[in-house]
Amino acid sequence: MLSRTASNLFWMGRHLERSETAARLLDVGARITLLPNTEEGYRNEWESLLRASGASHAFSERYGDQIIQENIESWLFFDHDNPSSVASCIEQARESGRIVRTALTSQVWDGLNTAFQELRALERKRRSQLDPAMLTDFTTRHSSAVRGAINATQLRNDGWHFINLGYSLERADATARLLDVKYYVLLPRVEFVGSGLDNYQWQVILRALSAHRAFHWAYGGDITATKVADFLILNGESPRSLLTSLYEAVWHLDGLARRYGDQVPATAKAKAHETLDALVAHDIERIFDDGLHEFLSWFITEVSSISNAVHDDYLSGRM
Amino acid sequence: MTTYYNEMVDGGVVREPYAMLSDWVETMPAEIRQMKQAEAEDLFRRIGITFAVYGEGGDPDRLIPFDMMPRVFLQNEWRKLERGIKQRARALNAFLRDVYGRGEIVRAGRIPARLVYQNEAYEKAVVGFVPPRGVYSHIVGIDIVRTGRDEFYVLEDNCRTPSGVSYMLENREIMMRMFPALFRNSRIEPVDQYPEILRRTLASVAPAKCEGTPTVVILTPGHYNSAYYEHSFLANLMGVELVEGSDLFVDKGFVYMRTTQGPKRVDVIYRRIDDAFIDPLCFRPDSMLGVPGLMDVYRSGGVSICSAPGAGVADDKAIYTFVPEMVRFYLGEEPILNNVQTWTLWKEDDYKYVMANLKDLVVKEVHGSGGYGMLVGPKSTKDEVEAFRKKIEADPSNYIAQPTLALSTCPTFVDEGIAPRHVDLRPYCLCGDRIELVPGGLTRVALREGSLVVNSSQGGGVKDTWVLSE
Repeated sequence: MLSRTASNLFWMGRHLERSETAARLLDVGARITLLPNTEEGYRNEWESLLRASGASHAFSERYGDQIIQENIESWLFFDHDNPSSVASCIEQARESGRIVRTALTSQVWDGLNTAFQELRALERKRRSQLDPAMLTDFTTRHSSAVRGAINATQLRNDGWHFINLGYSLERADATARLLDVKYYVLLPRVEFVGSGLDNYQWQVILRALSAHRAFHWAYGGDITATKVADFLILNGESPRSLLTSLYEAVWHLDGLARRYGDQVPATAKAKAHETLDALVAHDIERIFDDGLHEFLSWFITEVSSISNAVHDDYLSGRM
Repeated sequence: MTTYYNEMVDGGVVREPYAMLSDWVETMPAEIRQMKQAEAEDLFRRIGITFAVYGEGGDPDRLIPFDMMPRVFLQNEWRKLERGIKQRARALNAFLRDVYGRGEIVRAGRIPARLVYQNEAYEKAVVGFVPPRGVYSHIVGIDIVRTGRDEFYVLEDNCRTPSGVSYMLENREIMMRMFPALFRNSRIEPVDQYPEILRRTLASVAPAKCEGTPTVVILTPGHYNSAYYEHSFLANLMGVELVEGSDLFVDKGFVYMRTTQGPKRVDVIYRRIDDAFIDPLCFRPDSMLGVPGLMDVYRSGGVSICSAPGAGVADDKAIYTFVPEMVRFYLGEEPILNNVQTWTLWKEDDYKYVMANLKDLVVKEVHGSGGYGMLVGPKSTKDEVEAFRKKIEADPSNYIAQPTLALSTCPTFVDEGIAPRHVDLRPYCLCGDRIELVPGGLTRVALREGSLVVNSSQGGGVKDTWVLSE
């Protein structure tokens, strides 16, 4: 497979996953505004979510301190200046798909193209006719359709591994960043830990990851910081946990290494295995004792070096 | 008043190939027709065919109108066209072999040396090199118009990289999907073997240095190109890689592509970029689309390039007038398909005649394409004619003129029902170890009433083209 094709498939996966992240943030933000205010009010919450999307700086450059719902909706969903907005991600995913049209089944292309065409139709509508729930719905509906088409119709070849590597590494990164935001922003003062506010904010995180119900099935009882963190970091059943995401990345890197044999370097595979082993060796108490933020920083750096190794091994087009 | 040949109704009677379609149209209720038309457009948009045909430019996401009423040829009509097209493709390739070799046709005084050797498309870099099997133009697109029951004329040859074949394939696909009954009830020759024949043709011209099964790729200028859809469509149907210049590199006399498993050797490049861009070391140094060093590999027999660099000299509008002469000179045969009568303005007699009759003629730039840079005398105002006259006076050798052709019409769906509209035809002839032609081609239709311009940039659409089997 052409390196450029592999690269486009990888980034198509990443952008599709990223569009969902943006939509979920939007949903959570909208939900918060419906609840009684706490501390600084929803302004604070929105700001934390903007930070979660890694873009609070760019947002303030564009909108100043106008953290109001309309601006945030625009920013997270429609804004082309925000490379992580739903619109930007869908366009980039579709553009990658268009470039590697030959590596996709017509069902996958159809899914991508339909999302793009309907996005354009949505952009022409008046904003007052759109509400956040509908926008979130729009995104998850289309990303599920594309995801489903990928699973149901794509050959299980190297291209499939690259798409899924993109998905899983992006997901590992997004979950880690959301958790980190919780640590940094949602809890500005240490005495909040363990308070009612603390628990409520953990719920917000669960919701942001569409994991609210799944959590209850898995753990039951009260929502506590330890349980939520365990669910999102070390639980192998949770679809967005760091462990699950990383495990999937490892699985696909193993598949590539098997397929390509010894002639092709597999430094990404080695790196991912190393990180997985280190992650499995953690338990949640130790993570809290050593510091959640330190742990997450370590993990985010690891994911980024796996991603770089994928680039060096497969996407850079060695001569 | 010009009369136009109507391909469906001849002498007040519905011709045999259209008999069934005539019933089909008459029994189709208007609502169903509108529904089907919307369905067809939706299908096109979803599969992503939205490019302009024949490199006419324009918005790459614009849809070319698809007319559901097919154009039909009888088997014996097609046979004659097929013989004529293959003959022409053979002659054009023989001409290219000759002018990059000894130039016999020029020495014999049949074609002026100036038109060949001073032609912009004549590539000095490949003089003396003979590509595998002596084939230069592997896909020859020949534009044909009909003016009567048995009168077919060649309007233009396209020896470089004719586009539009994906429309031929998709038009058929969509018709079969929407109207399966039509296909059950008629015997229509299939066209979907085209990509397979194209792949075989390209593989058959692999260079001598190729070991094992040839690796074929399509070289595209990239996804911003208006024909990108077609490039990826063909690559997909042929099962070959679609590469950009940056995916290829030259190393020790061979061309390689960058893959996830390291470098992989490439034997045949079906390029969809112009000569000027394929190798910045040989042609335009500012080109980012090509592959540095590609031409050296080509000339040393390490890779085949289709169409061969320099093939464009055969499809120039000035050379066009000599194609019947080529048929006689190289093949010793009489041309089966005739050219449209053409006046070349660098000849004094022709110049005088054309300038005196501008308002009745079509005048084209020798290197122009896509319906731009031309004058359609009868459809132009007096001022437009006079403005064009000044352009001709400035550089007569840059123009040719032809009579306004009475292009045949085909029944076409319009708002009010069905009405005759003018059409042309581009079949795609494949030349490798064999010369092959799938029964069909791309029919373009001028959707505006009375219009003779079928270009999609000027309101043209496309139709499925049927050849009935015996």
